[in-house]
Amino acid sequence: MAMKTEPFVVNIGPQHPSTHGVFRMRLTLDGERIIDADMVIGYLHRSMEKLAEERSYTQNIPFTDRTDYVAAMTGNLAYVLAVEKLCGIEPPERAQWLRVIMSELQRFASHLMAVGVFANDCGTWQTPVMHMFREREKILDLFEMACGARLTTNYMRIGGVSRDVPPEFMPAAHKVIEELPKRMDEYENLLLENEIIIARSRGIGVLTPEVAIDCSLSGPMLRGSGVAWDIRKADPYCVYDKLEFDICVGTDGDAYDRFLVRLAEMRQSIHIVEQCLEMMPEGPVHSQITTATAQPGGAPSAPLAIRVPAGEAYGRIESPRGELGYYIVSDGGPAPYRFHIRSPSYINLTPLRDLAIGTTVADAIVILGSIDIIVGEIDR
Amino acid sequence: MPVLAKWYDLRDLGNAVGAFLDWIRDLGGPDWIPYVVSGLIGIVAILLWLLVSQLAFIWIERRVIGRMQARIGPNRVGPWGLLQPIADALKLLLKEAITNRYADKPLFWLGPVLIFIPALVVFAVIPFGEGMSLADLNVGVLFVIAITSINAIAIFISGWASNNKFALLGSMRAIAMLISYELVQAFALLGVVIFAGSMRLGDIVAWQSEFNTWMFLLQPLALVAFLIASAVEINRSPMDISEAESEIVAGYHTEYSGIKFGFFYAAEYFAAFAVSGVVVTLFLGGWTAWGLEEWVPGWLIFLSKLYLVFFLFIWTRGTLPRLRIDQLMAFSWKFLLELLFIHILVVGAQVLIWHEGDYPAEVVLPIFAVINWTLAVALIVGWATFMGHLSPERRAKRAVLTQELGAIYYRPADGHGDRPTRPLEEA
Repeated sequence: MAMKTEPFVVNIGPQHPSTHGVFRMRLTLDGERIIDADMVIGYLHRSMEKLAEERSYTQNIPFTDRTDYVAAMTGNLAYVLAVEKLCGIEPPERAQWLRVIMSELQRFASHLMAVGVFANDCGTWQTPVMHMFREREKILDLFEMACGARLTTNYMRIGGVSRDVPPEFMPAAHKVIEELPKRMDEYENLLLENEIIIARSRGIGVLTPEVAIDCSLSGPMLRGSGVAWDIRKADPYCVYDKLEFDICVGTDGDAYDRFLVRLAEMRQSIHIVEQCLEMMPEGPVHSQITTATAQPGGAPSAPLAIRVPAGEAYGRIESPRGELGYYIVSDGGPAPYRFHIRSPSYINLTPLRDLAIGTTVADAIVILGSIDIIVGEIDR
Repeated sequence: MPVLAKWYDLRDLGNAVGAFLDWIRDLGGPDWIPYVVSGLIGIVAILLWLLVSQLAFIWIERRVIGRMQARIGPNRVGPWGLLQPIADALKLLLKEAITNRYADKPLFWLGPVLIFIPALVVFAVIPFGEGMSLADLNVGVLFVIAITSINAIAIFISGWASNNKFALLGSMRAIAMLISYELVQAFALLGVVIFAGSMRLGDIVAWQSEFNTWMFLLQPLALVAFLIASAVEINRSPMDISEAESEIVAGYHTEYSGIKFGFFYAAEYFAAFAVSGVVVTLFLGGWTAWGLEEWVPGWLIFLSKLYLVFFLFIWTRGTLPRLRIDQLMAFSWKFLLELLFIHILVVGAQVLIWHEGDYPAEVVLPIFAVINWTLAVALIVGWATFMGHLSPERRAKRAVLTQELGAIYYRPADGHGDRPTRPLEEA
């Protein structure tokens, strides 16, 4: 005799230990198995895109810290690239190198979080994430040295960066960069080789390259599926074309591969920063346009208000989570006419429903962890 | 209870108790009074010890895990944070114990109470030292297995009564796990019983002492299986599936707060001490340590071994990720049980040969140890290979590094051989 059973709905989030913020999954469960999944977003909506239309171009830079609050530097960079494209400003050489150093350090820090939290989602009791935080702290110390802030850096400026790095930055950066490869060995041995992490993540949430491309995924999500695609190579910005690094791809497209790609990319980031520290020239860190408008006697800095020629521009970079794009439309006024963010976290969520259905609750958490969402970027 | 030595001979706390009971007997009165008093003394002693150990180990665990996690751990309350457990306990006592409006109130109340019982009662049969067990049952091992299963009922009661979906999922998982690992536990202990020829825990310790060996040297596989099954039983990582924090918030005790949650928290420690005690008694020679017990009180030896085993549980918690429920169940039914079947067969045959052939133990036991260790390693590796756990799909790998923009390195799950590399347009 069959027992009468019925599916029940569980809300994973918005208050839940592993939704990475205030993301909510409405799972319809049959026992442990997921038969339907519904994504609910909007709990962190701050109306940034609309607010940005009321503020001057320079005033908008802090907004970009707060979209992807785990990777503020790359957010800054994508935005200023878009505005520079619109203005036709070419930042000085040193500023370009500094931007690359900062965004690669930021990528490392952000991937540390992603990897640590993924291990947490696989059920480790906080240990990897705590170790990751130890390393992340060192990078945040470097940021603090460079711009005074650790999380919401607000470092990039239209036409350069806010200030040159202090003299003690270079030795400190060298020291950090020397330490990190040893840590990476440790993490790869402890996490990639871990039998339980393999059992939990291999073959879970498999994304074929076709689906990944159709969902217009980017970043480690796309590369985990084996597609060698990286904006740093495809559309080099700053000085990435002068640097040597590899694209890291997976072969199976599962949660483990996305995790793997992040760990491999961290090594590449170290390698890039090493090269940058070697090759970075001396010189100004602001373009002529911005220094010309600086206060007499004051430190050269970007003006609070600039008028950008009418037109539109799309600046895109490879942020830790994928292709981060800022689409700016200007009508020649002091503020952007339209300010749109192509946020990778949001677009990377697209396949989550399909990946989650048919798996179990435990797998859904692992899949969500492997996507590495930042809710601030999803909701803006 | 006979007085073995002077009451102040701390090698056996039973001396002091015996002296005290003699004093009561000398006062006159009915015969049952010393009997009841001796029981009460044992109960109070065990409770006090548990409470103190638990408070100490809350602190130790948090500090140790702090070290493992490259942080400091509690260090604010009292010197080195030593008073932190007391502060925690006070906080739990003072907090409101909220009862969910739709909870089944009697059962909701019963759950935290019931969960205490098995963890406490197990200690009745565990010998802390020579003659230092509250009730030296002749079916001690059976009693241990029977009592620890009550855990499952308590967990299910609290999960069901909470009327919370996470709690229900947690208790579902707990029941499934505990049923599967009950068998593993029983089979692991069966080997020990076959060797020692007794179910009385005191006798098993005496057996290990007599032959100057510890049971885990003879039966490594049984120890491994029992440790894993115990970790499941007490919800310790990597088997903390029924209270998986990252998945189902807190599992069966999601809805509990205040001291009711404290009960679960404490019971988890008590249960961990209980299984550590069983492991020490059955596999690690109990209160004996190759003659050391002549010089050091046996109960001290027992406790230090117990704390070492408990440390193992802390260590796994600080290190390992969590398995999925179906993987854990498969591990029980498809892996451990099969190995234990073979193990029991081999151990049974060994005992048969030993007793029938009347060989001296000094010759036979080392041979058995070597055979069983080899067998354990061979079985684990062989069975893992047979089950495909060593296939490339289950092994670690590294990312492919490439310069070729737009190439696709995806290897379909059914594909073999080299990875096809296709230009992006064809995808």
